Amino acid sequence: MKINKLYLFLIALALVAPTFIYPVFLMKVLCFALFACAFNLLLGFVGLLSFGHAVFLGTGGYVTGYLMIETGISPELGVLAGTAAAAVIGAVYGKLAVKREGIYFAMVTLALAQLAFFFYLQAPFTGGEDGLQGVPRGSLFGIIDLSDNSAMYYFVLAIFLFGFWLVHRTIHSPFGQILKAIRENEPRAISLGYNVNDYKWAAFVISSALAGMAGSTKTLVFQLASLTDVHWHMSGEVVLMTLLGGMGTIFGPVVGAGVVVTIQNYMSGGELGNYIHIIMGVIFIVCVLAFRSGIVGEFQKLMKKNFG
Amino acid sequence: MSADYVLETRNLVKEFKGFTAVDDVNLKVKRGTIHALIGPNGAGKTTVFNLLTKFLTPTTGTILFNGEDITSMKSAAIARKGIVRSFQISAVFPHLTLLENVRIALQRKEGNSFHFWKSEKVLDKLNDRAIELLDEVGLKSYANTVTVDLPYGRKRALEIATTLALDPEMLLLDEPTQGMGHEDVGVVADLIKKVSKNRTILMVEHNLHVVAQLADTITVLQRGAILTEGNYETVSKDPQVREAYMGVEADDEVANAIAAENAAASAAQKESVE
Repeated sequence: MKINKLYLFLIALALVAPTFIYPVFLMKVLCFALFACAFNLLLGFVGLLSFGHAVFLGTGGYVTGYLMIETGISPELGVLAGTAAAAVIGAVYGKLAVKREGIYFAMVTLALAQLAFFFYLQAPFTGGEDGLQGVPRGSLFGIIDLSDNSAMYYFVLAIFLFGFWLVHRTIHSPFGQILKAIRENEPRAISLGYNVNDYKWAAFVISSALAGMAGSTKTLVFQLASLTDVHWHMSGEVVLMTLLGGMGTIFGPVVGAGVVVTIQNYMSGGELGNYIHIIMGVIFIVCVLAFRSGIVGEFQKLMKKNFG
Repeated sequence: MSADYVLETRNLVKEFKGFTAVDDVNLKVKRGTIHALIGPNGAGKTTVFNLLTKFLTPTTGTILFNGEDITSMKSAAIARKGIVRSFQISAVFPHLTLLENVRIALQRKEGNSFHFWKSEKVLDKLNDRAIELLDEVGLKSYANTVTVDLPYGRKRALEIATTLALDPEMLLLDEPTQGMGHEDVGVVADLIKKVSKNRTILMVEHNLHVVAQLADTITVLQRGAILTEGNYETVSKDPQVREAYMGVEADDEVANAIAAENAAASAAQKESVE
């Protein structure tokens, strides 16, 4: 009950937020929050560290961007197509990656993501170094014009809430129970008769689809799909967001994404802009050394200690 | 005919680079018995277990389960056939509750393990059966405890409850009493006796008292090969076994005495600090 009230409060807050805060900034946070939630499904709940998740974000973005420019389909279909494309790539990459464990899993995902990066760099439909610029936002269901930022905001919010709900549901489903069992003790899950690779693969596909959905949405928001989104820096950034917020917690990635995007936004304009990578690096080190369960994880511990 | 034997291996061999860990093992496990696999450290007991459950792939040889060749099956498939194993270290899901631990085993037959769109509440109908299983091993009152907080002996009991949830035809227990205190050993041994009804059990065990108490047949392994086989009487009198194995037991007793002394000393130290 308490949790439900918290959710209602947060949704209400999200609904009125654009009256106080610049909507484009909020949309950016929501897109990255969705990306991090998708990533956290793998890292936090199956124990798989994918180091190539940018490829799904970028693929969603490129496919949506290309379709919006070339065919002028409506944005909801564009997002669906981007999501589907990321899911297809996720299905192929996941099949290859889940055969390996631990650091080797991370290396395989990184290698495959780099492969995709160089493909997108050369492929004619991505615009290479320039990316796809001036992607039209179109009209939602052919009716609501999304070039208006506040209309766009509610569209993004709806997508985010759907993605967040799906991650939450997946974790608290019969399937999610098996994922947790795999994270906790993989040999035991095998000895109970579960084909763990099939479960890991399914989780990988869900995660990559949601990452693709985040990328598609992001492309509509900024009307741009570029190489930044498929670069391995982006794969690293989502690791940082998830660890900083608290991996394996449901709100952690959202908080982490909020913090990282805020820092980047406010610093890139100021005098400290040139030092941004150093500052992010220091934050990362402090996080790993001092509070490993992340902001939300530490907060939960504190609550448990004092009120639990 | 092989109908009397649940599990059989024929000329089972496992070679690691230049080293033969399991050397031409022909093991026959009779239906409905408790069969113990003993031998000094490094004799290849756990390797045999890993081969039987395909956590390792045999170099040559065949494994038959109820007369069917299962040599090429994968681990999870073997478990679904009805051979469920435990591990040397306790195999539980530490950050889940005891109830959830058992439910994960029960869930497999429900066929909803890929349903990511359903609420986990659909699993609640398994709760009664899970509690029943926990009750069988004396853990009913801990159903909602997070497993990591349990003492070691109880974790092993939970492991047995989880295994029983699958209702397997055959249990492979890898050192079920390892690392336990005296009382816990007794409890787990009784438990094994209890669950052996209508089942076949193959166990690796170091504690010879437990082996003497439980096992119908004992196979002694040494350097990867079968040294001898028989009931406790025969095996314990075999001069080869005495030479290969009993020497180790004597060492164990010395080690136990030292451990007991150390424990007493540290307890005394604690008292003096307080």
